[in-house]
Amino acid sequence: MKFRTFAAFVGPSVFMMVVFIALPLISVFVQSFQVTQPVIERIEVETCSAGFLEQTCTTRVTTRPLLDENGQPQTTTEWVGLESYANLLQLDRVRNAIAAGVPERILQIDFWQALRFTLTFTLLTLPLVVGLGLAIALAVNNAARSIRGQVIFVSLLPFIITPVIGALSIRWLFYGDGIVTSWLEALMGTDISVAANGWAIEALMMFYRVWHVAPFAFVIFYAGLQTVNQDTLESAIIDGANRWERLKFVIVPHLMPLIVFIALIHLMDAYRAFEEVVGFSSQAQRITLQWLTYDLLQPDDAGNRSISRASASAMLTMIGIVIILLPPLRRTWRDHKGVS
Amino acid sequence: MATSRALRQPASLRIGSAAFLTFWCLLAAFPLFWILVMSFKSPVDAFDASALAVIFGPRTIAEGKGLSVIDIAVGLVFLYFAVRLAFTRLPGLVWALTPPELAVLGWLIGCLAYAAVFVVLLFGVLPPVLGIIDSVAGPLGQPVLGMTTEHYRAVWVENGFYRNFINSMIVTGGVVTISLTVGTLAGYGLARSGSNLAFWLLIAALIFRALPHSVLVAGYLPVFINSAEILRPILGDAAPTLYGQPLAVIMVLVAINQPFTIWMLRSFFQSIPMELDEAARVDGCTHFQAFRRVIMPVMWPGVITTGLFSFLLGYNDFLVTSLLLDSQNQTMVPAIAGYFNRETTTTDQVEAIAAAVSITAPLFLLVMVFQRQIVSGLTAGAVKG
Repeated sequence: MKFRTFAAFVGPSVFMMVVFIALPLISVFVQSFQVTQPVIERIEVETCSAGFLEQTCTTRVTTRPLLDENGQPQTTTEWVGLESYANLLQLDRVRNAIAAGVPERILQIDFWQALRFTLTFTLLTLPLVVGLGLAIALAVNNAARSIRGQVIFVSLLPFIITPVIGALSIRWLFYGDGIVTSWLEALMGTDISVAANGWAIEALMMFYRVWHVAPFAFVIFYAGLQTVNQDTLESAIIDGANRWERLKFVIVPHLMPLIVFIALIHLMDAYRAFEEVVGFSSQAQRITLQWLTYDLLQPDDAGNRSISRASASAMLTMIGIVIILLPPLRRTWRDHKGVS
Repeated sequence: MATSRALRQPASLRIGSAAFLTFWCLLAAFPLFWILVMSFKSPVDAFDASALAVIFGPRTIAEGKGLSVIDIAVGLVFLYFAVRLAFTRLPGLVWALTPPELAVLGWLIGCLAYAAVFVVLLFGVLPPVLGIIDSVAGPLGQPVLGMTTEHYRAVWVENGFYRNFINSMIVTGGVVTISLTVGTLAGYGLARSGSNLAFWLLIAALIFRALPHSVLVAGYLPVFINSAEILRPILGDAAPTLYGQPLAVIMVLVAINQPFTIWMLRSFFQSIPMELDEAARVDGCTHFQAFRRVIMPVMWPGVITTGLFSFLLGYNDFLVTSLLLDSQNQTMVPAIAGYFNRETTTTDQVEAIAAAVSITAPLFLLVMVFQRQIVSGLTAGAVKG
């Protein structure tokens, strides 16, 4: 294909990706070093109230935003260097906490709390997703052919459902007088309040994520199981391998590329966890990195959005993405160079 | 295929595997089944501590909203035939009545008309008819299962959820159409070109796929809010404020979805043999003609599958729509956040549940109709790569 035809085919897509992904990325990078504020002027206001002989007058100094000719508040944009990052990381508080010997105090800072939770969340759900997905795939492969369609249908439901709604549907089972909480209370004979307990919420969020992603892993593993080399399996049997050994030495190595693929996709997606915080309303106890950016972008009570701090938080989130993506990208690059 | 004795599994393993599978299916379906049940009950029943009370809803019956055995039987028969007709007769009718060029439009109108007739029959015609039958049927006419649709009425009619539904449809429809148009072109170009540039584009797309969406929205937000001033020098007074515009959100979602779309479509295009292109080229087609007249007709399965995933992205999105749309133009998923944030009474909570079920119902239908395409889409990228 000539370059011109190629460009004509790919052009619209590339144009959209540049305008809506690459440029915003650059602008976020620039914004994170800038602060845009309304220009504030200080004025003296004299208020007088009626009095006998003389009015009683008081003067106060107030601030108000300076308006331009259209009646819009004027804004200035300043370069502040790394100030937004410093606001977010609060390194002096971190240092104090370490010096005082109470590292837990670091987790009172939003960013570090979000980082701690996001990493725990990502790394703990990963083996669960792969394990559960593989277990379901093996079980379905074992089941009678006639029921496989229905099982796949039911399994797809948690995957296809709107993430916020999925999280909500589990929340309603547990929060308040939810049915599962009632069962647990009857079982243990104590009062349980899931919504008040940070660790319980954390466990629920992870449970939701595994419930939501395991079907995806299952479908891919199931497709992979159909291509397992039957001859290899047979020779393994002849060599006296039992079921467990066949699983460990034949089936899992065959599925290895798929396991890597799922692990990679899951790392990328779990690291961007966001809907869980909304669905479980966990912002008082547990927040994720992406939720932190989202929260900074929401207008506060005065209607201002802290764009620059949000940009800084977004850039810090990006560092994690780069770390996750480096190993697979390096491998792809080596493969590509090996081919050409 | 008969299994040899060496491969036959011991009973314990088979039972264990079946038990595990049953457990998983229950786990997968239970939360969804439960919110469906709760959404039809009066608030007291919906949050009862006893599961049986939630399912049968004694207090919902006491309020005079219950179904008798006859109602349930008639309702189930009606649902069965409604679903069967939808799968057997509807496609035939659509094919017969629409010219092939307008097939997509025909399907859209056919499905909407069918849904309208279905809703009118189920909620408008059946209840009064069954009410008369129940009153003369004696013991069989006594309500046994509490069921009320008041929460759905509250959500859809009184709270105007239909407006959010329309917004959702506009955004999702736009995302699917534009995504596929732009994506098929790019996917084809990338699949048929082995150049370094194509490789780098795909790698860049992979990196873009991993970006958290909030990173991008942080970039759009200031520009969108001030777009009227930024664009005024170019467009004059017609410069729009992009913030709150569904069209702007569509473009954003399309772009976010683009990396995934082109990867998936590329893998589908690669499974179409090159010889087909070459034959068309020998017959005097340009690249574009070959693409349109020869490749696209055999690409429909891949396009439908990719379209499904674009649909899911647009329909399920919370982050982008909640930040870039104001409350008048809100789509369904962010709108529901308003419900559970203000849930002060149990009635509010059950209304939130009814809204959640309303959002889930179309997705349920989608899996029912397109299960095979979804599975093939999930495996397309993975098994080859």
